[in-house]
Amino acid sequence: MSEVLANTSKGHIEVRNFSLAYETIEGPVQAVTDTQIHVRPGEFVSIVGPSGCGKSTLLNAVAGFLKPTTGIVTVDGDRVNGPSAERGMVFQQYSLFPWKTVRENVEFGLKMRGMPRSQRERAARTLLGLAGLEAFEKHYPEKLSGGMKQRVGIVRALATGPKVLLLDEPFGALDAQTRVIMQQILTNMWQRLKISVLFVTHDIDEAIFLSDRVYCMTARPGSIKAEIPIPLERPRQQSMMMSSEFLALRRGLMSLIREESLKAMGGEINDMGMQGLNIELHGHSLADVI
Amino acid sequence: MSSPALVRHPEDSMPATAIAEASRAPAATPLATPASFGTIALRWYRLNQGRLRATAIGIASLIAFLLVWHLLTTYRVVFFVRFTNVPSPLAVYASFTTAIHDPKFLMHILLSCRRIFIGFSLAAIVGVPLGLIMGRFKLVHEVIFPVAEVLRPIPAIAWVPMAIMLWPTNEQSIVFITFLGSFFPVLVNTLHGMSLVDPVLVRAAQCLGARERSIFREVYFPASLPHIFTGLTVGMGVAWVSLIAAEMISGQYGIGYFTWEAYSLVQYADIALGMIAIGVLGLGSSLLIRGAGQLVMPWRST
Ligand SMILES: Nc1ncnc2c1ncn2[C@@H]1O[C@H](COP(=O)(O)OP(=O)(O)OP(=O)(O)O)[C@@H](O)[C@H]1O
Ligand SMILES: [Mg+2]
Repeated sequence: MSEVLANTSKGHIEVRNFSLAYETIEGPVQAVTDTQIHVRPGEFVSIVGPSGCGKSTLLNAVAGFLKPTTGIVTVDGDRVNGPSAERGMVFQQYSLFPWKTVRENVEFGLKMRGMPRSQRERAARTLLGLAGLEAFEKHYPEKLSGGMKQRVGIVRALATGPKVLLLDEPFGALDAQTRVIMQQILTNMWQRLKISVLFVTHDIDEAIFLSDRVYCMTARPGSIKAEIPIPLERPRQQSMMMSSEFLALRRGLMSLIREESLKAMGGEINDMGMQGLNIELHGHSLADVI
Repeated sequence: MSSPALVRHPEDSMPATAIAEASRAPAATPLATPASFGTIALRWYRLNQGRLRATAIGIASLIAFLLVWHLLTTYRVVFFVRFTNVPSPLAVYASFTTAIHDPKFLMHILLSCRRIFIGFSLAAIVGVPLGLIMGRFKLVHEVIFPVAEVLRPIPAIAWVPMAIMLWPTNEQSIVFITFLGSFFPVLVNTLHGMSLVDPVLVRAAQCLGARERSIFREVYFPASLPHIFTGLTVGMGVAWVSLIAAEMISGQYGIGYFTWEAYSLVQYADIALGMIAIGVLGLGSSLLIRGAGQLVMPWRST
């Protein structure tokens, strides 16, 4: 087991002077501008921000799926230029291979690395056990619930012992109860593996509950609006979400995001014209009305 | 087997509540009360009620079909369509009993099957890989697609004269026509399957360390399999259509030739026998493909 999970506790992510523009017919669409973020080895960092602000874009650039227009992404000093097993990724859409059983899905990364069958079977079983999934190793993903699928997704991404784990709204499609359980499982795995995590979400509670640090992004074109350390002690309990400390952090982040969301929405609504919405603005800004 | 209580976990793992909660079985495990034969039979009946009903109705409808056929032919009905010379089911059955002892009839069937086997196999062996490669490499697609699009609408039967010119023997030209008939459905469906591969799965494979070759083998190919099998099923149907036409026009042997010959020789019962044989063979071969599909894609069988 230890060889599989062996992690040299590295995984220092650096994103510097980053900007990314999508080329479209109407010209370049600036998704992210002038962004600096970093994740220290073993740190859990979240990115929150209004819809469409470029969170996924940033994460996909760290994964190596997108090339920055300007700036540089490095992991442990090595420039990222393409996807690799060093950076595990979990997607919002469950992205399991439907033609592989749960165990075969988890084994995939090890198979790509050329590990012999018996060895990778053993490794996959150990990891599935950690996530409480060993009873389902022979099931095809189709038969699993959403929460289980996503657990398999996380285990699969961790199986190759990546330096960093990237998650793009992994629990977005799950119900509230399952979400809480998944957050706990993720925290557990993270603490055992001492891996760096970059986590994208639009759920503020989730971001605070999980993270050591939260980046809040501005509306598109996205950049970092604020960086909020989360000094809550670990291990964290569900009950902490009622503490005054938690609520204060929540209020702070809420107002930051609200500002940006209104900015993003205000633009759109003005573009559409307000008639259809049946709201009389009388010279007030949208923020005032709402 | 998947009861949560049985899930073992290491001593120092996550909180037990999380595990117990998290490992709820996807479906409730059936209560294991030892059931008598009677209750099992009853349960089986309830679970399969729909299928039993469909089977019963299917059999009844086939019997009705035979009955109508029988009545139409015994009374030699002429009502727009003339049933005067149409053989009755009993006459066809009589010619069937003699035919199965006739080595010539069996040879016709075997030859048709052989032509289908060779022509269809070639179509699958060429069409599937070509479709996969065209789906993955733009240049190959750009070069081959226009030609395929021009040739595709030409029915295989229209190739008969050309095939006779192209190939030295009759046998080869018939196999060629069978091949052509099944080739395009296979190619087009494989291409379609490739175009529908979920890009997220490709990305998932990439960040698990998969290279181009592995992605092709582990993602594109299995993801396209359902459409490949659709193509094979359609291709098999068209292969029979093309084969029978080719045999009727240019053949010397084969079940299509047998049917046509029966007409020339005024053996009306054999016409219907030939037709039914073609139908049964077509049905059998498409069942074979469906079976192969279930074997190759275990994740799709429910
Ligand atoms: N391929 C593309 N071409 C053009 N524009 C794009 C493309 N992908 C994303 N965008 C735009 O870039 C912006 C950022 O997109 P991105 O998906 O990164 O946002 P996000 O913060 O992840 O949003 P969400 O919360 O909805 O997931 C969006 O406004 C989007 O419309
Ligand atoms: Mg996104």
